[in-house]
Amino acid sequence: MADHPLPDPAVAREWFEAMLLIRHFEERAGEQYARAKVGGFLHLAIGEEASMVGTVRAMRDTDYLISTYRSHGQTIARGTPPGKVMAELFGRVDGLCHGRGGSMHMFDLPRRFMGGYGIVGGNLPIAAGFGLAADYLGNDDATVCQFGDGASNQGTFGETMNLAALWSLPVVFMVTNNRFGMGTALERHSAVTDLQVKGEGYGVPGMECDGMDVVDTYHVTTEALRIAREERRPVLVEALTYRFRGHSMADPEEYRTKDEVEEWRKRDPILTFGDRLVAENVITEDERAAMDATAQQAADDAVAFADASPVPDPSSLYDDVYVLGGQVQGWYSVDERGAGVRKGEEIG
Amino acid sequence: MPTMRYREALNQALREEMTRDERVFLMGEDIGVFNGAYKVTNGLLDEFGERRVRDTPISENTIVGMGVGAAMLGLRPVVELMTINFSLLALDQIVNHASHIHYMFGGQVCVPMVVRMPQGAGHQLGPTHSHSWEALYLHVPGLLVAVPSTAADAKGMLKAAIRDENPVVFIEHEYLYGQRGEVPEGEDVVVPFGRAAIRREGTDVTIVGISRMAVTAEKAAALLSEQHEVEAEVIDPRTLRPLDLDTILASVRKTNRCVIVEEGWPHGGVGANLAALIQEQAFDDLDAPIGRVTGADVPMPYAKNLEQIAFPHEPDVVDAVLATFRDL
Repeated sequence: MADHPLPDPAVAREWFEAMLLIRHFEERAGEQYARAKVGGFLHLAIGEEASMVGTVRAMRDTDYLISTYRSHGQTIARGTPPGKVMAELFGRVDGLCHGRGGSMHMFDLPRRFMGGYGIVGGNLPIAAGFGLAADYLGNDDATVCQFGDGASNQGTFGETMNLAALWSLPVVFMVTNNRFGMGTALERHSAVTDLQVKGEGYGVPGMECDGMDVVDTYHVTTEALRIAREERRPVLVEALTYRFRGHSMADPEEYRTKDEVEEWRKRDPILTFGDRLVAENVITEDERAAMDATAQQAADDAVAFADASPVPDPSSLYDDVYVLGGQVQGWYSVDERGAGVRKGEEIG
Repeated sequence: MPTMRYREALNQALREEMTRDERVFLMGEDIGVFNGAYKVTNGLLDEFGERRVRDTPISENTIVGMGVGAAMLGLRPVVELMTINFSLLALDQIVNHASHIHYMFGGQVCVPMVVRMPQGAGHQLGPTHSHSWEALYLHVPGLLVAVPSTAADAKGMLKAAIRDENPVVFIEHEYLYGQRGEVPEGEDVVVPFGRAAIRREGTDVTIVGISRMAVTAEKAAALLSEQHEVEAEVIDPRTLRPLDLDTILASVRKTNRCVIVEEGWPHGGVGANLAALIQEQAFDDLDAPIGRVTGADVPMPYAKNLEQIAFPHEPDVVDAVLATFRDL
């Protein structure tokens, strides 16, 4: 992995701030989960901030990003107000998806964050569909599809690699290799552990980046996006990273040792990037502490925003099951509460 | 009015909608150079080119998933799956993704995609090419489910499906592809979803026929009239979501008897669901238990004689109707 110089100081600071915001957001989210303010599953990305921020900063605003059930960080990196992400975790009306999706299903159309998806590998074909749309419409929007090492074993991986290469689609597939498919170590779930080569047999060349280094991630993704956009072909990027927390909050982490986690924590992307910024005189230690405090405050504000937001009105339960109008003249749903039939809005 | 085969009517619908709307494109296995396993897409590659008529590898889940993605960005993909059995390989994209995306993302985006697939027994294709699974897709909120049984509906409903903003599972029938029917002319003759067709009026019993079974029900009704002096009203719901329950209930309130005919399996079938809805809404109007005629509760056998008794025919419908009069 190349030793890249830092970007302009203002840019470097912004990357650092974005990573700090994600870190503090995730820590707050974990605390709120422990307090039962957040339900369901909660998959934190602590340790993976560089792979998120480095990738998103390499993208244009008009590019599409699609991710997995571990996507609070990408959403925030894309510019979504953290309060709206936290409110979604809380299941409140001001959440990104009005409390319909929860942690695993973030979505922000104006920022072209095209969703977190709860089915491992389910987002790959959809990403290829975005690439197909760009191709069909003749624009130069590119798509970045992030997924985990576990997803590289799904059938959709091979199918999508083949189709993306066959149809020359402008998609960067980024496998975020955090070394575990839930609790199963990479060596125990994939015969080929050098994941960047897994696309080659399908005609998708591989690249690798240090997912613990925001600068390297940025440079590799930038080149991958250039290839996708200009050469009109897909690329598979492997971002080597590590999650410091369990797969989800419901994970006793019996599949790895504390020593291993501690070893990786020395490569904490925020710690190392912060050290580098100080060492190269981009920021002072005082500024670093102040930036950390600002990010922490933003995460606290997100919690306050979420907590103040009301729960969805029960009458909204059936909203947005269908798009009404057009050729649909009405619809029925079986309403279990009333043991009867509920008729949708009549369209004239 | 011109007459044409069901498959030709579908072909016309695709051609007209592709001409009308540049966003409409087709994807599927062997739909282009091969002109379609059942020739529904015959000639469309020559007419519209490879950009809009896309032969795909055999990758059902990914083809449908690409349709989901393209639809989310405003295109209007029409995906052909060679049989409904193969659609199970795409069930993740159809159920977990296409049907849920509008809801789970809080209404921010919709998935205006049509997934076409034929179903049905009668061609000795055995247990992996012959089933009838409208009930499977009926089960899923967020999907629209169309089961056209005539050439006119095939055309008008496919046009409606393509123009709709929701994901549509459009279930054709292998037997019906070769059947002829009158098809009204006009590019904008669209058969809207959620409106049942009354195929035959009658006063003694309501027969609801699903997909090809609407045709079987109509033939059975003729036998009932000729041989048993029973005048059956035959209703083809045409779409299962949305479901025109009002038309069915109005008929049942008039006839006080109902028999539901479907080709699929009995447990958790369309008839089971419809019978529950009818008894909830019109219990006092029923003079007899609701009858069901279904496919046999077995994987579809290959042997011709076994296959023929594994899905309903007219005499089965006649018997089921007469059974509703048994206690009189």
